Amino acid sequence: MFPFSFEWIWDMSHMVFHGGLWYALGIIGLGMTFCILKSVVDTLQGKGGDSHH
Amino acid sequence: MKKAQEHTAPKKYGMVIDLDKCTGCGACMVACMAENNIPFREDETDKNLSTTWLRVYKLTNGKKFPDADVCYLPRPCMHCEGHHGHSPCVSVCPATATDYSNETGIVSQIYTRCFGCRYCMAACPYHVRYFNWWDPVWPEGMEKMLNPNVSVRTRGVVEKCSFCFHRYQIAMEKAHYEGRKELAEDEYQTACTQACPANAIVFGDLNNPDHAVYRLKTHPDAFRLLERLGTNPKVYYITSREWVRRQGDNYLENEGKIAAKAH
Amino acid sequence: MDYALIPEGRKRCPLWQFVLFIAVAGVVLLWGVYAMFLCWIKGLNQTNMNNAYGFALWIWADLAVIALGGGAFFSGFLKYIVGKDELKNLINYAVIIGFICYSSALLILAIDIGQPLRGWFIFWHANVHSMLTEVAFCLSVYFAVLTIEFIPLILENRQLDKVPFFHNLSHNMHHIMAVFAATGAFLSFFHQGSLGGVAGVLFGRPFGFREGVLIWPWTFFLFTWSAAACGPCFTILVTKITEAVTRKKLVKDNVIELLAKISGWMLLTYIIAKIIDTWYWAVVTAPEAGFTMMDFYTNNPLYGLWILFLEIVLGGVIPALILITPAGRKNKALLLTAAVLAVIGVCVNRWVMVLQVLAVPVMPFESWFMYSPSWQEVATTILPIAYGAILIAIAHRYLPIFPQEPELNPVEQQAG
Repeated sequence: MFPFSFEWIWDMSHMVFHGGLWYALGIIGLGMTFCILKSVVDTLQGKGGDSHH
Repeated sequence: MKKAQEHTAPKKYGMVIDLDKCTGCGACMVACMAENNIPFREDETDKNLSTTWLRVYKLTNGKKFPDADVCYLPRPCMHCEGHHGHSPCVSVCPATATDYSNETGIVSQIYTRCFGCRYCMAACPYHVRYFNWWDPVWPEGMEKMLNPNVSVRTRGVVEKCSFCFHRYQIAMEKAHYEGRKELAEDEYQTACTQACPANAIVFGDLNNPDHAVYRLKTHPDAFRLLERLGTNPKVYYITSREWVRRQGDNYLENEGKIAAKAH
Repeated sequence: MDYALIPEGRKRCPLWQFVLFIAVAGVVLLWGVYAMFLCWIKGLNQTNMNNAYGFALWIWADLAVIALGGGAFFSGFLKYIVGKDELKNLINYAVIIGFICYSSALLILAIDIGQPLRGWFIFWHANVHSMLTEVAFCLSVYFAVLTIEFIPLILENRQLDKVPFFHNLSHNMHHIMAVFAATGAFLSFFHQGSLGGVAGVLFGRPFGFREGVLIWPWTFFLFTWSAAACGPCFTILVTKITEAVTRKKLVKDNVIELLAKISGWMLLTYIIAKIIDTWYWAVVTAPEAGFTMMDFYTNNPLYGLWILFLEIVLGGVIPALILITPAGRKNKALLLTAAVLAVIGVCVNRWVMVLQVLAVPVMPFESWFMYSPSWQEVATTILPIAYGAILIAIAHRYLPIFPQEPELNPVEQQAG
């Protein structure tokens, strides 16, 4: 899973497979981080009372 | 220089089993069980739950007396090479718990790495892979007689014939100690080979012209199990009986007699 | 008693009815949990699996629930990527059904492996050439996506929504849901396919083996396709069951019919591809290994040509033809029949690609291997159904899952 595990080889298979994996994980991680941070900021700005989206 | 190249040439350990010599005595199975600390249970009625790294199958020609004929076929792991080491089981293992060695041609099983998904068992057409459905329990006192060179396996992992790889390791250690890089043919032999009273099993390096298997594998009556699937196994069988050779693989009705295969 | 938690403008059954339902499903759930712990504590000797049947009922259940859970990714794909906005009225439920299916699949896998505590090896020591590795990664990551898609729904609960941070989080997550949905579709394409690849790459097993393109056997594409086709049928089926249980209409017909139409065309194109695949396998791939097609369907007590007929004709061609016809979609009985048949079809496909693959003797001197599951296997396979029923009951009671529900079921007097 990581380049430091001993099975890791810098070949095309590993780069494609783990490239795809970390790309997806990156999007999910960044997306969630963005949502949480923006929600914190919104909350601090006093948004989100009883209004509905 | 040529000599040096020969020394570094990869080995391809394999077997040639003469089915016309095999009497079905089962000594190979017993030797294998003892050598490799293979677990067993009190009730071994259900053979699909038994662990037999080397299993002797009984083949019949389906004919009635006086034409009835029987053949016993010992089946260890075939240590398939597939195409360039792409053996059926190695390629599917998700945790790299089984490996094809380009150095010896042996398919290994790493028990401490295996987490028991059993995909390799589904992949193997020879049923050589066994799952430990139970923890091994040895009759009292027997644990003292276990082979210290072979680790016992826990419940929940897959195991299989290793061509007695621990014997290869011991032989190589001795050779290194003596300043050699190569093993003589008799330095590394599997337990089943040595136990066979009929000398039906011959083991050695299929790449080495000095080893008996090198010549035997090209015997006109030699064949391998399920060759058509592309598994490229390293266990060869010899028999003069055409009906036995025909049971070594699947053939369509219109396909003719099985030509002996030379390799 | 729990009025404060029930979404505004929606009518729910009395609490005692709800509790009774949960209790009945809970008994079944506990039975499954008991069997699960038996397997974990005593080991897989509690099953009827054996060395010939390393894969059995659980792996089938895994493949089946993942195919049926495919409604989540495909509906998400249709709504957020293709732009079928009407599906917003069904997408919440598709996500919940998907969440149930995928969490069940992960649970079943955790029971199925011989050394559950080593389960993380599949990630840590990953063999990138194994289809199962791809399955494990994509399945886990996609489950994370489904959880992310489920969170905003949970946060829409009347009481949770009052908390400003939760309200904002739900709002913000909704806002970028298309990104998550696209990632989910990408991951689903690969893990649905990899599940097809699990049997398709087995060149030692002529019943399952298929040729293909690059590293992917044809089953890779067929599994993704069939999940996209039949997953929505399962979503429709569960929606209809929910409507029957709750005795009210929850989604408008045009929404169901739109999904049914897309599902029908997917199913038709899939089944044509499946027929071509089966034909090529029967006349080229299998004979190359020395088998005739009938070798796989004779000389055994269970598997005959009937199973091929059930999968392809009854579970494929017929529901596809019903669903692509406007009259078929509009007729409620026919629509429901088509959804049931499509679900059966895909489940049978997953069954044969797991169980029949192992049943077929490959060495000529062996005979068919037959198997019937132990009660522990059955209980742990039923467990997800009970768990799903409970989760759906709770989610339906306390979350505004169906946006059209208030309009379809106007409440005269606001309760509570």
